[in-house]
Amino acid sequence: MDLTLLELYVFILAGFTGYLVITRVPPLLHTPLMSATNAMSAISLVGSLVVAGSDRGTLSTVLGTVAVVCATINAVGGFVITDRMLKMFKTGPKGGHTP
Amino acid sequence: MSGTLTIAYIAAGVLFIRSLAGLSKQETARRGNLYGMVGMATAIAVALWSWAGDSLTGRELGLGLLAGAVLVGGAVGAVLARRVEMTGMPELVAVLHSFVGLAAVLVGISSYLEPRTGAFETVAARYVHLSEVWVGIAVGAITFTGSLVAWGKLKGTLSGKPLLLPGRHLLNVAMALAIAGFGWPFLTEGGTAGLPWLLAMTAVACVLGMHLVFAIGGADMPVVVSLLNSYSGWAAAAAGFMLANDLLIVTGALVGSSGTILSIIMCRAMNRSILNVVFGGFGTADAKPSDAGAAAAGEVRELKADETAEALLRAREVVVVPGYGLAVARAQASVNELTRLLREKGVNVRFAIHPVAGRLPGHMNVLLAEAGVPYDLVLEMEHINPDFPKTDVVLVIGANDIVNPGALTDPASPIAGMPVLEVWKSKLVVVLKRGMAAGYAGVENPLFTLDNTRMLFGDAKKSIDALVAACRGER
Repeated sequence: MDLTLLELYVFILAGFTGYLVITRVPPLLHTPLMSATNAMSAISLVGSLVVAGSDRGTLSTVLGTVAVVCATINAVGGFVITDRMLKMFKTGPKGGHTP
Repeated sequence: MSGTLTIAYIAAGVLFIRSLAGLSKQETARRGNLYGMVGMATAIAVALWSWAGDSLTGRELGLGLLAGAVLVGGAVGAVLARRVEMTGMPELVAVLHSFVGLAAVLVGISSYLEPRTGAFETVAARYVHLSEVWVGIAVGAITFTGSLVAWGKLKGTLSGKPLLLPGRHLLNVAMALAIAGFGWPFLTEGGTAGLPWLLAMTAVACVLGMHLVFAIGGADMPVVVSLLNSYSGWAAAAAGFMLANDLLIVTGALVGSSGTILSIIMCRAMNRSILNVVFGGFGTADAKPSDAGAAAAGEVRELKADETAEALLRAREVVVVPGYGLAVARAQASVNELTRLLREKGVNVRFAIHPVAGRLPGHMNVLLAEAGVPYDLVLEMEHINPDFPKTDVVLVIGANDIVNPGALTDPASPIAGMPVLEVWKSKLVVVLKRGMAAGYAGVENPLFTLDNTRMLFGDAKKSIDALVAACRGER
């Protein structure tokens, strides 16, 4: 029970940190933010790896392996597309009279 | 061993937070994304190492499977991310969310089947664990099928019209009750005997996810995708509770709050509540015959391309307002060319972006950046609105509802109260449009008949190409 309470504590603090950090992201970068957080949610890969790798019977292994495939698609796909987008954002030539 | 694991997990968590912090500025964003990659790689490497660490004998098969799965997933992910066009980003994001949801469901079921479930110290501890499994699978299943439907609607495979079954709210409540109700027999079954209940609940949650998104109109998919983004975070956090893994909890909470904030921003930009978007069945208004009214409401004045070019060349301050119609016509590159040309001639061309201009939060910014428009010329609504009175020409390209003055003046308008770009305060507004059809919300737009508004009819790309040619001719 204590462990769960501690986990809840971590969860709430992390959610609060997320709120503070993310409200500072400008609308310009909201799509990259979305794809980057999407890649991060593939962190469940860590869980899937443990489940797939342990010898817990065929069904459990199969389910775990499929989960690993899904999560890897997410992690790699998410980070690669974020980088591709961020590379596109460029400033114009210096000068001009943009206020 | 577990000490190393904990430290690596803390490091990964810190890297993820730094990664998000990096996204607060364009200059640091790519480095931030790199932090995210390093964090992910660290977490996975250490998890693998600690799992394999004790002894590898008898685990060759497991390791081979894992390596194969990671290779296959990585290759598919990389190909998807490289191939996708920027206009297809919303679909890709939706499909990726569905994978997170599916992974959460699978991890949940596997975690239930694990022998440890039978051997908890106390009954209470077992209940807590089982509840976490339950919640994780429910959220994962709703994310999985909901994202698939959102993907179909964005892609156009499924109709964008909301599917409004009779008594759909009751249906939702019944399904939610079933998801909660099946939990009781599941909790009380010993060992893994509760599996049938678990699978039944998963099926109901899958149907609920589909039904929820089916009932939402295509125009609201950006909000739905943001919401599903947050669900995928909550699903990861739930998996973290199941597996007692702090890194999953931290990351899940970060992602969950990010998706929630984006959803709220999008809703505010439409002056609607999240509840209204999810349960309101908005977009049904598409069916009402307001198009006829728009044509009859007043006289529109046309302007030819060469006249528009003349006005642009005479102007000092020009603001371009792009809507999704710009991307549909694939006119981004032409707009960039026009911008470059006019700026060379000393005209200050800037862009005004409404938060819901694209199909994702920030989507229009990405589309313009892809075409080569410098991002420092691209301004958000609240920054450019005060500048309209001193703007000589506004070019509205493929946008409608986001420049509708009726949102501010007509309390009876369906989009009343929605913040809009106040283009009508400028000296001349030129609206590039295919014809006189109403916008996404099916609302007529009084802007088109104002004294300082001119219409340039035709395909956006062709019109802009004509403007570019006319501007060149003046040289």
